[in-house]
Amino acid sequence: MEEEKNEVKLMKGNEAIAHAAIRYGVDGYFGYPITPQSEILETLEELMPWETTGMVVLQAESEIAAINMVYGGASTGKAVMTSSSSPGVSLKQEGISYIAAGELPALIVNVMRGGPGLGTIHPSQSDYFQATKGGGHGDYHLIVLAPSTVQEMADFVATGFDLAFKYRTPAMILADGIVGQMMEKVVLPPFRARLTDEQIAQQRPWAVTGRAGSRGHKNVETTLELEDDKMEEINHRLQATYREIEKNETRFETHYTDDAEYLIVAFGSIARICLKAIEDCRETGLKVGLLRPITLWPFPTEAINELAGRVKGILTVEINAGQMVQDVKLAANGQSPVWHYGRMGGNVPNPTEVTEALISHINQSKE
Amino acid sequence: MTPEEIKQKGSIVAAKPRLLNDNHMHYCPGCSHGVVHRLIAEVIEEMQVEDNVIGVAPVGCAVFAYNYIDIDWIEAAHGRAPAVATGAKRLNPSRMVFTYQGDGDLAAIGTAETIHAANRGENITIIFINNGIYGMTGGQMAPTTLEGMKTSTTPYGRRADLNGYPLNITPLLAMLPGTCYVSRQSVHTAVAVRKAKAAIKKAFTSSLAGKGTSVIEIVSTCSSGWKMSPAKANEWMEKNMFGHYPPGDLKDTTND
Amino acid sequence: MKEEIIIAGFGGQGVLSMGKILAYAGLLDGLEVSWMPSYGPEQRGGTANVTVILSDDRISSPVLDRYDTAVILNQQSLDRFKSKVKPGGTLIYDPYGIHRLPERTDINIVRVNAMEATFEMKSAKTYNMLLLGALLGVRNLVPIESVMKGLKKTLPERHHHLLDLNREAINRGLSLVKAGD
Repeated sequence: MEEEKNEVKLMKGNEAIAHAAIRYGVDGYFGYPITPQSEILETLEELMPWETTGMVVLQAESEIAAINMVYGGASTGKAVMTSSSSPGVSLKQEGISYIAAGELPALIVNVMRGGPGLGTIHPSQSDYFQATKGGGHGDYHLIVLAPSTVQEMADFVATGFDLAFKYRTPAMILADGIVGQMMEKVVLPPFRARLTDEQIAQQRPWAVTGRAGSRGHKNVETTLELEDDKMEEINHRLQATYREIEKNETRFETHYTDDAEYLIVAFGSIARICLKAIEDCRETGLKVGLLRPITLWPFPTEAINELAGRVKGILTVEINAGQMVQDVKLAANGQSPVWHYGRMGGNVPNPTEVTEALISHINQSKE
Repeated sequence: MTPEEIKQKGSIVAAKPRLLNDNHMHYCPGCSHGVVHRLIAEVIEEMQVEDNVIGVAPVGCAVFAYNYIDIDWIEAAHGRAPAVATGAKRLNPSRMVFTYQGDGDLAAIGTAETIHAANRGENITIIFINNGIYGMTGGQMAPTTLEGMKTSTTPYGRRADLNGYPLNITPLLAMLPGTCYVSRQSVHTAVAVRKAKAAIKKAFTSSLAGKGTSVIEIVSTCSSGWKMSPAKANEWMEKNMFGHYPPGDLKDTTND
Repeated sequence: MKEEIIIAGFGGQGVLSMGKILAYAGLLDGLEVSWMPSYGPEQRGGTANVTVILSDDRISSPVLDRYDTAVILNQQSLDRFKSKVKPGGTLIYDPYGIHRLPERTDINIVRVNAMEATFEMKSAKTYNMLLLGALLGVRNLVPIESVMKGLKKTLPERHHHLLDLNREAINRGLSLVKAGD
């Protein structure tokens, strides 16, 4: 395996996640098949990491069981993950709320498809609200990473786990059917050794390792607290963590924003379609820039606020009915008009459609 | 005589297990949970595995089990204990992992998790407290509620045509090739308590030895939910519950 | 160089794997590549298409609405994509199953009797490689050697005995378009 360390591979985003998980030293994956992300489980089963790194891979009886297996494994201090697509991620929400409340690190991958209901198997970004505003019950957040390339699908496994362990909170890779199914070049990360049980006991003193006797006290992973003041205190502690994450971990990238008169905000694979549209616009002299949030939570509010002060309009492009646009409006805070362009039902706009939508909004704003 | 004097004389006939702490239990008088908790603590001590055990607590009356037995615990969502235990056990195969679940948790909301964990033959023990009622939420119908039994959601008695039949899930689990030891016990007499303890010990030992899933159903009383005195509840259990849920071993392949 | 390609036909014609081998060859040739399929179970028996981009520079959108080159294998795909070829671009089609022929004068239209040639070769499974040969005969995108290396990489080892047959199919495809010049 050593000589393959830096080899450039051609693979699907879903496959890249599976390879990256093994290489990160993930201890366990629990999942249930659903299009368009089944290649993650399939690739892991094919690679048989239990024979090499010792990683556990299990096809659960449901998404509900899978997320609770993650909860059980994460409680013991292990690096554990699951993946699914929109309807399956809805089923996981109860468990995700428990994992967040229990201050447990874990990684959840959602390769979004169109909804609501059984919807379509084709790409969508209509789980933005669910991912960034909590999703399950109670006041909590996930760290939400939005990959736009196969390389980022691979890289965000490590980023997600590192952040999850740093802040003891679950992280989510919010991808879509495009970046899950497309193939492009990827350089897989190097292998990291899985932590030993001794290292886990030492580095993660909160872990329910079953070693109550030698530790001298029991560790209990619970999210129940019936005393109101204590439960409020737990909430304050969670919120303090979220403020800390907002301060330190907001990530985004910009293209052509220096001289931009108009701004497009888009995430994931759609940001790439917008970039192509922007390049087309620039050929005709229309100066458009792109801001791509990499973390959807925490959201790059400040960066958008700053840009909103110097552009004539902002177009948010998402494949949904208009979700992130609400956060963009809050960030722009009235400094410039904020428009939305979206497709639904598994439809993906092409660069020409994005350009046309932008020009139409610009023209309307001038009337 | 003070306890110290008794200890000095070496004439102890019964002692509280060390792992059972002094926290005030929230269980009602006559409840079977207290006895089963004690048995679990005793068995873990006797097996000397307190440094190698993870318990998974349910949602239901036993939600606070972790407050009473001093071992490592995970508190699961309602019905999900077997999935949580699967995750914990698969990633920590040398640990003794058990779930502690009530009838609503195991046989209603968590039926899928229970059956599939047992069918995979997860090397865990499932302790199943069957008292035929939802105790914690105030006496509603459980999947195991007997026909004719009055609960707050079957105020005129359970009717099969309206509410379905009492679910006898343990024999179902015994049918699965993944289970190695399936036994139904009770804790209402001294003899029954001794038998239940032996069953729990066999289950824990089998889990640790990797023989598959063990299920110990404890047919239990809920004097508050049944609205009876503890003594009357024991009588009622023998007369009615045992008819539908007779005690005894249902499956034992641990010596195969 | 930058080439934006759509390959479209029926599911089962090997459209996706043809695109994959082309992308792999591009990768081995040091190009940036992307491969974006229509996906899902509905492909079987229905239409399937894949967008392949080969480029010297970073690829922005993997989803396109205009293409430099289209390889079209059935009528539905022709109807859908014939207007999406950029002026000056190339449209390669197999007349087998196509009755309404493309009618554009601003693009280079190449007819490849690939299915017929496949019948002659008695090897239906190499249909897509024959087409790939034809595509590379018309558009000099990557060297044949890179394609063969890509094939070796993507083909499971148990199928490596088919490599020669595939090379033969590629050469046949090449000769079909050369003969048609």
